[in-house]
Amino acid sequence: MLRRRIIPCLDVANGRVVKGTRFVDLVDEGDPPELAERYALEGADELVFLDITAAPERRGTLLDIVERTARRAFIPLTVGGGVRSVTDMRRVLRAGADKVSLNTAAVADPTLITRCARRFGRQAVVVAIDARRMTEPAPDGSPRWEVLVRGGRDPVGLDAVAWAARVTSLGAGELLVTSIDRDGTQSGYDTALLRAIADRVEVPVIASGGAAGPDDFIAAVLDGGADAVLAASIFHRRIHAIADIKAAMAAAGIPVRLSTEGAA
Amino acid sequence: MPRTRRRAKTAWGSDPDRLRIAVVDYGAGNLVSIEQALTAVGADVRVARHPAVLEEAQALVVPGVGAAAPAMRRLARQQLLAPIARWVREDRPFLGICLGLQLLFEVSDEDGAAMFGVLPGRVERLQDAPTLPHIGWNQVSRRREHPLFDGIPDGADLYFVHSFAGVPGGPGAADAILAETTHGATFVSAVANGNTLGVQFHPERSGADGLRLLTNFVRWAGGR
Repeated sequence: MLRRRIIPCLDVANGRVVKGTRFVDLVDEGDPPELAERYALEGADELVFLDITAAPERRGTLLDIVERTARRAFIPLTVGGGVRSVTDMRRVLRAGADKVSLNTAAVADPTLITRCARRFGRQAVVVAIDARRMTEPAPDGSPRWEVLVRGGRDPVGLDAVAWAARVTSLGAGELLVTSIDRDGTQSGYDTALLRAIADRVEVPVIASGGAAGPDDFIAAVLDGGADAVLAASIFHRRIHAIADIKAAMAAAGIPVRLSTEGAA
Repeated sequence: MPRTRRRAKTAWGSDPDRLRIAVVDYGAGNLVSIEQALTAVGADVRVARHPAVLEEAQALVVPGVGAAAPAMRRLARQQLLAPIARWVREDRPFLGICLGLQLLFEVSDEDGAAMFGVLPGRVERLQDAPTLPHIGWNQVSRRREHPLFDGIPDGADLYFVHSFAGVPGGPGAADAILAETTHGATFVSAVANGNTLGVQFHPERSGADGLRLLTNFVRWAGGR
């Protein structure tokens, strides 16, 4: 049976792993390849690596770090941040990424999703959706979420669930769904958001934003329908070990991979 | 966006004890990880973008993710189709990974691509899958023993990223099946036909068990 995945996220700024609350107030958390190796050894099923300061001049640095990271951890690596073209994606894959995450560029030009999927296969194309709950619910009273871009700063007038369905039909092979309301707050994943999206799409959904403890991971899977659960600060700061979260998930009846030793 | 520095080796190493493996690069991603993993388990790895590299290689690895038709077009453009087909026909040590396995079959339902056709059968979309693509760690259950899986527990979790898989056909199809995996329906996740091996999962991304499988391949390919 397919295992539900635990994915530590490395938010990288200027070559260092950082973490802030709601994408601001960044704090240095360490060296990307070192953290990647540590997480692989501790049982991470996959790694996500987001360049959150993806200005063009930093791209060379990022590719170098992706390559050094890929050398240290023999588990899958998704890289996002600043990928704006099929050529950009090709370079990131060549640096050692297995998948590429598109966000702002996909909103600006949705055909990018289709072009990347045609070239590299949809399984290599992750679309990241940063969503924020709207104060006004839908006419039937159910909650609504809007899509934000540029690191969760700017609303673009898209409904997050409708956008999820659209990017999937355009060629996204996986969705990384971040609740901007919850990100960095350790108040739990937005399981209503996850469920609304998971029920609409066939592709795997990665939950992101708000992890505090094992119960949140369990809720993301059982209530939210997530196939994978991503977290950053609780792992960087050793608040919870990956193995402990997996043990709690297994005890809740969720299939997880319990072997470790992902690094060389 | 500046180009990344290419660190791919352009010559074989000097250590004759290391198995010389050519890893075919046809622009379908996932190359650095396989190159690094094979190097980590002791192989002398060269990236093959043109046929000449195959001449001194002792084993051939075809990795890759994505769709079959563009992959076949790029292999054709790089004049690698005939050398790879000949390699497999001569039953030299070969490991296809993911798309590299799928290309061995006759035709792909994904885009109708005609492929190498050295394994009878077609590549079909996964049936009854609860999610597609099939992404993540899943159990690989063995159907027969093979040195490729030495030291790897039956039912070990290995990493998959795909929506299609090869369906061996014709007489003796079942003999080629090394292992199967279930995601919705059960599909073939490893095959062996003589010295032609293929795995649908990604050993280079499957942690310790994946590195063990690559170690086994290197040992097995070098032991003839």
